Amino acid sequence: MTDPKPFVEIRHAQKSYGSLEVLKDISLTVQRGEIVAIIGPSGSGKSTLLRAINDLDPLTGGEIILDGVQVNKTLPHRQYEKHINGMRQQIGMVFQHFNLFPHLSVRDNVTMAPKLLKGISGKEADKLAEEQLTHVGMLERIDYYPSQLSGGQKQRVAIARALAMEPKLMLFDEATSALDPELVEEVNLVMKKLAEEHMTMIIVTHEMDFAASVCDRVLFMDQGVVVEEGPPGKIFKNPDMDRTKEFLRKHLAGSK
Amino acid sequence: MDIDLMLRVYPYFLEAAWVTIQLSVLTIILGLICGMLGAAGRLSRFALLRFLAAAYVSFFRGTPALIQIFLLYFGGPQVGIQLDAFEAGVIGLGVNIGAYMTETMRGAIISIDKGQIEAARTLGLSRFETFRKVTLPQALRLMIRPLGVNINAQIKGTALVAAISVVELTYTAQRYIGSTYKPFEMFLIAGILYLIIITASGKVISYLDRRVRLQ
Repeated sequence: MTDPKPFVEIRHAQKSYGSLEVLKDISLTVQRGEIVAIIGPSGSGKSTLLRAINDLDPLTGGEIILDGVQVNKTLPHRQYEKHINGMRQQIGMVFQHFNLFPHLSVRDNVTMAPKLLKGISGKEADKLAEEQLTHVGMLERIDYYPSQLSGGQKQRVAIARALAMEPKLMLFDEATSALDPELVEEVNLVMKKLAEEHMTMIIVTHEMDFAASVCDRVLFMDQGVVVEEGPPGKIFKNPDMDRTKEFLRKHLAGSK
Repeated sequence: MDIDLMLRVYPYFLEAAWVTIQLSVLTIILGLICGMLGAAGRLSRFALLRFLAAAYVSFFRGTPALIQIFLLYFGGPQVGIQLDAFEAGVIGLGVNIGAYMTETMRGAIISIDKGQIEAARTLGLSRFETFRKVTLPQALRLMIRPLGVNINAQIKGTALVAAISVVELTYTAQRYIGSTYKPFEMFLIAGILYLIIITASGKVISYLDRRVRLQ
């Protein structure tokens, strides 16, 4: 059933800031079409790990491999820049604070990168924007500016912007953490839709219900290590490790 | 106050006002060029460029512009730099204001949210593409008003080159005082002409500021 060759492979990921070790020898594989959630307390290294996958926060040791190609290659500066820009085009990322470009319309937010990097023309770009915005239910806001949108709408546009580059892999870094509770659902729905389309996704989240309903596998991280991983049913209902139990107990108590 | 005298004499000041305008425009252009290079240096990946740009800014902001002009005009020939007064004025004032503009531009550039830069890099844009498409268009909007403050200061600062006998407004006022013995009237004419030039430049800056905001 499973592809023998993993789609995303993280080998012995290690990262330190001076003497502070934030990732301690993490290895992880993700299959094509798989959806993996990373949970854990703040400071556990989960965002750092996610941001290492597209080399936004470079590792100090270890390898990231996407579809057989090493992302964090050691190359001379110029060659590395070219290589990493190419890799990043294949890895979509969605941020907690949306990070839309405020000087561009929704349409231009979505088409800026494809126009520049894939050389598509005006008409094709318009078609692309319309398709991607329809996908996230934001077509009617195509000529708005980010400042005119709610948080949930901004995040949906940010997802469309990432998808417009036709990535092989999507990374979500606490995509709903900055949203008002009533706006979380609309973003979750878009992510669910992507899941149904078999997009490979790695999702850092605090939302256990969402992780349980959408993800194939859950990783619990604490203090720079993966404490435990498994299917959501196992991790959320019957974890093996005391640290996982403790975290879930506290987290659920906090959210009630 | 001798208004009749002012009305008779002011036409002779217009040519000097034109020199002041030329000085202003040329020094502002030079300042903008120095500012761009300075800001690029201050934000460079290379430590040497960062150091050179920081040294440039601290020297030119840390010493009086008048000393810089004297150094260039009177001190220059000693080290083989021969400039006439106008050239020395343009270069001295331009390089001086460029140090202030460096900081203005740098401030606007670094105020752009880092998250947006990350988002652009994540999409696959290079550092330069990110700068051109994301940072610069927003930084330009932010820098027009503070550059306007630099420009306002610079136009008034052109009065300094009277000290090396460039025949601009301030120098001309002093010269007419020599023949009329009416310093109040002569300086008033100069002051009014400065006010007109500054007001006009302020209008241009507000216009540019409005335009970039609308885009």
